[in-house]
Amino acid sequence: MNDFAHRKQHPNYLAIWAYLFVLTIVEVAVAFASHLPRNVLLLALVFLAVWKAALVGMYFMHLKFEAKTLRIMAVAPIPLAFILVLAVITEFRW
Amino acid sequence: MAHVAVMEPPAAAERGAGVYNEKLGMWVFLGSEIMFFTALIGGYIILRVGAPGPWALPGKVLNVPVTAFNTFLLICSSVSMVKAYASVVDGDQQKFKMWLLITIICGASFVGVQAYEYTHLIEHGFLPSGYREGSELAEKAAQGLIPAATGGIYGSTFYTMTGFHGFHVTCGVVSMIWVYVKALRGGYSATDYRGVEVIGLYWHFVDLVWIILFTVVYLV
Repeated sequence: MNDFAHRKQHPNYLAIWAYLFVLTIVEVAVAFASHLPRNVLLLALVFLAVWKAALVGMYFMHLKFEAKTLRIMAVAPIPLAFILVLAVITEFRW
Repeated sequence: MAHVAVMEPPAAAERGAGVYNEKLGMWVFLGSEIMFFTALIGGYIILRVGAPGPWALPGKVLNVPVTAFNTFLLICSSVSMVKAYASVVDGDQQKFKMWLLITIICGASFVGVQAYEYTHLIEHGFLPSGYREGSELAEKAAQGLIPAATGGIYGSTFYTMTGFHGFHVTCGVVSMIWVYVKALRGGYSATDYRGVEVIGLYWHFVDLVWIILFTVVYLV
C-alpha cells in the first residue's frame, strides 16, 4: 500500500446516499402530492434533479476534489447541451 | 463531512488535466455521452413542447412507484460502487469485493425491474408506436382520460430514452463483472486501482443520467 492510501480520507458517502434518498422522496412527493402551479412544480423538480446530479458529480465522481482543468473539462459540455435544446425549442415557442 | 484532497492518481499523472490516461479517456467519453443523452432528452423536451396537443401525465400511463424503487436501487448501487473504490484505495480487498458484488447485484436488479416495467407497460397497451388498439390505455384515450393524439410520439421517445439508458446500465454491469473477476484474481491493489476508478466514473454517470431521466420522464 502506498503512503497516499494510508493518509487518505474519504467523504461520508453514506451521508450523500441519505441526501439522495431523501431528495428522491421529496421529488416524488412534490410531483404527486403537492398542488403547486405547473410552472412552479417544473422549477422545483428541475432544481431537485440538478441538486441530486450535482451531489453525484461532486462526491461520487469526485469532481469536488479534482484538478481545476479536469473540472472544467467535465462541465464544459453542459452549457452546450442547454444551447442545443434552447436553440431548437425556439422553433416552437418564439 | 470532513474533506481532504482525495484525488491523487494511482499511476503517473499526465500533463494537462493532471490525471492518468485511462481516467482522462473516460472523462472524454463521458463528455460525448453528455451530448448523446442531451440529444435524446432534449429531443423529448422539444417534441413535447412542440406537440400539437398535451401529453399524458406520467402517472396516468407509467408505473411511477416501481420506477421510484428502481431509482432507489441505482442510488444504492452508486454508493456501493464508491464504497468499493474507497475500500480498494484503503487496501481492504474483502470489502472492495463485497461492495463491488453489491453494485453488480443492484445494477442487474435495475435492469430486471426495467424489463418488468416494460412487460407491464406493453401488457397495458403502451407501445413505442402508441396505445395498442383494444388495450386498456387505448380505451382510456377513447374516453378522453388521456390524450390520444400524442400517444405515438410519447411511446417512441419514452422507449428510446429509457431503452438506451437501460443498455448503458447493462454495459456497466457486464463491465463490472469483468472488473469483479479481475478483482478475485488480485488484479487491483491500493497502488493500482485504475480499472475500479474508471468503471466507477462510468457507473456514477449512468446514475446521474437516470436522476435527470426520472425527473423529466416520470415526474414532469
